[in-house]
Amino acid sequence: MIEALETLYQRAQDELAAASGSEALEAWFRQNLGKKGEVQLMSRRLGELEASERPAFGRRVNEVKQALQAAFDTRSAEVKVSEMESAIARDALDVTLPGRRPERGGLHPSNLVLREAYRIFGDMGFQIYRSHDVVTDEENFEWLNMPPEHPARDMQDTFYTTDENILLRTHTSAGQVLAMREYHPEPIRVILPGMCYRNEQITARSEIQFHQIEGLAVGRNISLADLKGTLTEFAKRLFGADRKTRFRASYFPFTEPSAEMDVSCFQCDAKGCRLCKYTGWLEILGCGVVHPVVLRYGGYDPDEFSGFAFGMGPERIAMLKYGIQDIRYFWGSDLRFLEQF
Amino acid sequence: MRVPISWLKEYVDVDLSPAELDEILTNAGMEVTGIDYVGVEGADLVWDRELVLLAHVLKVERHPEADKLVLATVDYGADEPKVVVTGAPNLFPHLGDDDLAAKRLFSPMVLEGATYLDPYKDLKPRKLKGKPLRGIYNDAMLCSPVELGLGEDHDGILLIAEDARAPYVPGTPLQDVLGDSVLDIDIIPNIARCASIVGIAREVAALTGGELRMPSLDVVMDGDPVDGRVEIHTDHPELNPRFVGMVIEGVEQKPSPFWMQHRLRLAGQRPINVVVDISNYVMLELGQPNHTFDYDFLRGRADDYNPGGPIRLVTRLPEDGETLTTLDGTEHKLFPNNILVTDPAGNLGIGGIMGGHDSEIRPETTNVLLEAAAWDFISIRRSARQLQLHTEAGFRFSRGVHPAMAERGARRAAELLRTLAGGTVARGIVDHHPLPTEPAVVDLEVAYVRRLSGLHDLDAPQIADLLRRLEFEVEIRDGESMTVTGPDHRIDIEGPHDLVEEVCRVYGYANIPDSVLADSLPPQRGNPSLEAEMRVEDAMVALGLRQAITYRLTTPEAEARLSGTVDESPYVRLANPSTQERAVMRHSLLASLLEVAAANSRFRSRLALFEVGNVFPMAEGAERPDELPRLAIVLSGPRRADHWQSGSASMFDFFDIKGVVESLGEMLGLDLGYGATEVDGFRPGRTAVVSLASGNHKGKALGTLGELHPLAVERYDLRLEKNQTVLAAELHLDVLLGALTGDPAVDPVPVYPAIREDLALVVDEGLAAVEVEDALRKAGGVLLADVELFDVYRGDNLEAGKKSLAYHLTFQSPSKTLKDKEVQKQRKRILGQLERNLGAVLR
Repeated sequence: MIEALETLYQRAQDELAAASGSEALEAWFRQNLGKKGEVQLMSRRLGELEASERPAFGRRVNEVKQALQAAFDTRSAEVKVSEMESAIARDALDVTLPGRRPERGGLHPSNLVLREAYRIFGDMGFQIYRSHDVVTDEENFEWLNMPPEHPARDMQDTFYTTDENILLRTHTSAGQVLAMREYHPEPIRVILPGMCYRNEQITARSEIQFHQIEGLAVGRNISLADLKGTLTEFAKRLFGADRKTRFRASYFPFTEPSAEMDVSCFQCDAKGCRLCKYTGWLEILGCGVVHPVVLRYGGYDPDEFSGFAFGMGPERIAMLKYGIQDIRYFWGSDLRFLEQF
Repeated sequence: MRVPISWLKEYVDVDLSPAELDEILTNAGMEVTGIDYVGVEGADLVWDRELVLLAHVLKVERHPEADKLVLATVDYGADEPKVVVTGAPNLFPHLGDDDLAAKRLFSPMVLEGATYLDPYKDLKPRKLKGKPLRGIYNDAMLCSPVELGLGEDHDGILLIAEDARAPYVPGTPLQDVLGDSVLDIDIIPNIARCASIVGIAREVAALTGGELRMPSLDVVMDGDPVDGRVEIHTDHPELNPRFVGMVIEGVEQKPSPFWMQHRLRLAGQRPINVVVDISNYVMLELGQPNHTFDYDFLRGRADDYNPGGPIRLVTRLPEDGETLTTLDGTEHKLFPNNILVTDPAGNLGIGGIMGGHDSEIRPETTNVLLEAAAWDFISIRRSARQLQLHTEAGFRFSRGVHPAMAERGARRAAELLRTLAGGTVARGIVDHHPLPTEPAVVDLEVAYVRRLSGLHDLDAPQIADLLRRLEFEVEIRDGESMTVTGPDHRIDIEGPHDLVEEVCRVYGYANIPDSVLADSLPPQRGNPSLEAEMRVEDAMVALGLRQAITYRLTTPEAEARLSGTVDESPYVRLANPSTQERAVMRHSLLASLLEVAAANSRFRSRLALFEVGNVFPMAEGAERPDELPRLAIVLSGPRRADHWQSGSASMFDFFDIKGVVESLGEMLGLDLGYGATEVDGFRPGRTAVVSLASGNHKGKALGTLGELHPLAVERYDLRLEKNQTVLAAELHLDVLLGALTGDPAVDPVPVYPAIREDLALVVDEGLAAVEVEDALRKAGGVLLADVELFDVYRGDNLEAGKKSLAYHLTFQSPSKTLKDKEVQKQRKRILGQLERNLGAVLR
C-alpha cells in the first residue's frame, strides 16, 4: 500500500507540474487533495494495514499531503502570475485611440476677462458696483461734464430711445456719479462692469454693444501717480510681469488730467508687429484724474477730495490676449468659437 | 491734421527724427497716427541722393527728328550741362527762349539707374535706363509730380520757379528740396488750438524747451482807407463775438507760388489759385479759418440797398423758410439756430462753416473783402451737424478758436494777398468786437498741483516755468500760490485742474512716478447679486453648458418667434437704431439664446448653451425699464459626442433640462418644485413651472422649463435631426437669488447600516409621480431615509390606464441598527397608506 501511496505521490507531482491553468489546478486539487481526493482516500485505507505499519503509513500520508499542498501553493502562485501576464498581454490597448471625454461647459471669453479684472482689482480693494444699461442723459453725459452740444458727445455715437432724455449708456462711466452719491462721503474704490452701446456699423472692429469695466477711486489724497501705479500693477498681472506701460495725454471730459494707457506689445515684445501696428504699444484703456465738476455732482468737494477713473473694454483685451481677429465673434456665440475657451 | 515737418521747422527749431517727434507729441496728447514719408527713407519711392537731383533748365530746343519731343539743356551741378529728351508739354512754350536761364526754372531730374514710378504701368517702380529717343541718346528724365510719387499730376514736368525765399542750387539732391516727413496728428476735441502748424510748433517748443517763432503779423496797408466802405453788425454777439474785415484790391488771380502749393498738397489740400490757397494756407498755419468775398459783388448790392453808403455785413439768424446755396452749389434749408453772414440784400454764407455761392471769388475778381471772425463753438457744432456740412473751417470753429485769433488771421492773409497776389491792402481794419473775451485768470495752489499730480517735490518756480513754456502768464504770489493767466489762443482754461493737466503734460507723464494707493481703504462690501450670478454661471459650466452672450437689442417680432405672438407690453425703443433688427431692448433672454441656438444648429447637432443676462420690461408709463436678470438654457441633440467605442448617444429630452435645473437647485441649496403648466412657445404636456418649494418665498414661480413647441422650432428655423427636440428653460434669477440663504447644514455620515427594499406600485396613469413620492416619504416617516424611482412601466400585464412605479426605499436609523422586523412593519404601513390615499396596489 505504501507503494500505492508513493505511486500516487509521484503521479500527483507529475500532474501538478503539467497543470497549466487555474481550472486544471482546481481539478488537480479536487482529485488529489480534496475531501474526496485520493490522498484522503488513501488515509482512510489506514485500517487495511497492520497496526505496526499504521504509524509509519500515517506519517507518510501526512508528509505527502503537506508536500503536495506546498507544491500546489507554489504552482498556484506561478499559474496566477502567468495567467495575469497573459491577460495583460492579451488586453493591451491602442492607447492612441481617442478617449471618452465628459462633455464640459465653459465661460464666455468676455466673462473670463471680466472675472480676471474682478479678481485683480478685488485684491487691490476695489469692489464691484453695477448700474443700469438704460440711463438718463444726466448720468451718461451731463454729470460727466458733457452738457448738451459738448463736442465730446461727437466721440460717442449714442443710441437714444424714443424718450428724449433716456438713452443706452455709451460707457460705464455713466455709473460714476451714482456710485459717488451712494457712498458719499466715504472714500470709494469700485469697478463698474457692464454692457455699453454705440450706434456704429457692425464690422470686424466695431460692435453696437460691448462690455466696459470702469474703475473709480475717490479719497482725500489720490493722484495721477496713484493712477499710474494702480494701472501698471493691473497691466502686469493681466498681461505678464514683463509688460511695460506708457501713459500719454488724452482727453475725456470727465477727467483732467486725462491719459491713455498703452501696454508694451506682448506679441512682438515691443519690437513692432501687425498687432501693435508697428508701434510696439497696444492701447488698453483711457483714464484720468476725476474732473472737479464730476466730483461735485457726486457730492464730493474738489478742494478736499480727488480721485481717478479709468475704463477698458474686456472684448478688446480678450482680442489682444487670445489673438481674436473679429469682434463679431463675441455675440455671434458660434460654438466653434466658444468651445475654444 | 497733417503736419509736414519742413513746414513745422519754419516756426520752431527741431533736430528730432520723425519717430522722436512722434513720441513726444503722442505722449503729450497729440497722437501721431501715421507718418508719411515723401522721397526720404521710409517712403514708397525713395529719391536716390546721387541720382535724383534738382536741375536748372537752361534752354529748350526742337528735336530734329520729332515734333512731339524737345531737347532741354539743364545744369545739374556737373561740370557740363546735360541734354535731356522730353515730351513735356509745359516746356514747349519755352522753345527758343534765350532768356530762359535767367528765369530760374528748375525741374527734378532722374539719372540712369534711379527709380521712378511709371505712369504708363500703373505707377510700378521702374529703373531708368539710357536709350536713344528718335535718334538721340537719352539717359536722364525730367519728371512730372506723379513720377516722383508727389500726387496725380502728369500734365507736364514739375517746373518750379526759384523760391524767392531761398536760392536753389543746381544738383541739390531732390530729397533736400522736396523730401519731407508728414505727421498725421489726431486732434482730440479739447485741442483745437493744435489744429494748425503753429499750434503744433508751440507744443513742440514747450516740450523740447525750444523757442516759438510766430509768423509776422505786420501788414503794409497803403490802399484807400477802409473806413466808410464796410460796416459790420452782429445781431447775436454771444454767437459771433468778433468779426474782422479787411479789403484788398487789385489782386491778380494766378497759381500760388510752388512752395505754397507744395505745402498745401503735403497737408492734404488741393491748390486752386493764389486767393483760395492763401485762405487755406493761413487756416492751416494759424488755425484761424477765414473767408474771401468778391468785394465788387457786395459793392454792387450795397449800391441797391444803400446807394453810396458802406457795404453792410450783418450776422443774424435765418428768417422762416430761408434757404442758402453754399459755394459747393448745394441749397440748404436753414435751421433757426444757423448763424448767417448776410447783407441787407440777402445772405452770403453760413457763419464759420461755408461761404455762399453768390458772393464767392470768381475768376474775374480783383477786389477782395476778407473775413476772419469768431464763433460760438457749440452753435457751429450744432449747425454743422444739422446741415451735414463738414468743412475744415467748421472742424476748427466747432471745437473753439479764440477770438483774438481773428485779427491775426486777417492780418496774415492780407499781407500774403499783398505780397503773393499783388494786392493793395486798404488802410485800416474793420474790427467789430461786441463781446470781448475776458482772459482766463486762475488761482493755483502749489499744494493742489502736488495733490493731483503726485509730484510732491514740485515747487512754485518749477510750476511757473512749465506753464510759461505754453505762454501762460504766471505771477507767483508767495511760495504756495500763484496767479495764472491763460494765453489768448486758448479757450479751454477754466480752473486749476486744467493747469494741473498742462503742468503734467509738459513735465511728461512718463516722468511722473508710479505710486501705490495710500489713501484710506473704503469699507469693504460684497456684491451679493453679482456673486450669486457667478455661482449660477459656475454651476452651469460644471453641468457641461457653454455660456453665450447675445445682443440685448432685438425686435418684438424676433422675440415673437418664441411665443407665437408679439408682446404688446411696452418696449424700450431706440429712436435711432443702427439696423432695424436691433431696435428695442429685449423682454426675453430665451428668445435671444434661441437665435444663437438656431445659428449653431446649422452645423452642430449637439447644443448645450446658457446665458445669464438682463431683460428690460417696461411698466406702463414708466420712464425707465426694470433691468431683471434671467438665466436661459437650451439643450438639444445627442447627450454626448459620438465615440468610436460607445457609438451614438441618445438625444436630450425633457428630463435632461429638468435634471440641469434640479442640479442647479441642489448646487445652490435651493428646494425647487415642479408642476405641469402651459406656456406659449412650449410643448403642452412637456412643460413645467419651476417654483420655490420651501422657505419664505415658498410657491413663488421661478420660471419655465420644457420642450420647445414644434411651431417655435419652425419659427426659429432650428435644424434638427429626426427624433431631436429642443429643450429650454428661462428662470428669473432675481427671484432665485432672493431665495438664496446661507450655507446648507451638513448631515452626519450614517453610522448604522441601511436596509434597501424595492417596492413596485401600480397606480392610475394620471397620478403624478411627485404625489406618489410625497406620499411615500410621508408614510415612511423618519426611518425612510431615501426614495428613488428606478422604473416606470406600462404594458401588457397591467390594466389599461395604469402604470407601475418602482422605487428603491432606503431605511436607516440614526441611532441603531434596524431589524428586519421593523423594516417590514414600516413597509406595511407605507403600503397601507398608499393604498388608502392613492389607490396604489403592490405589483
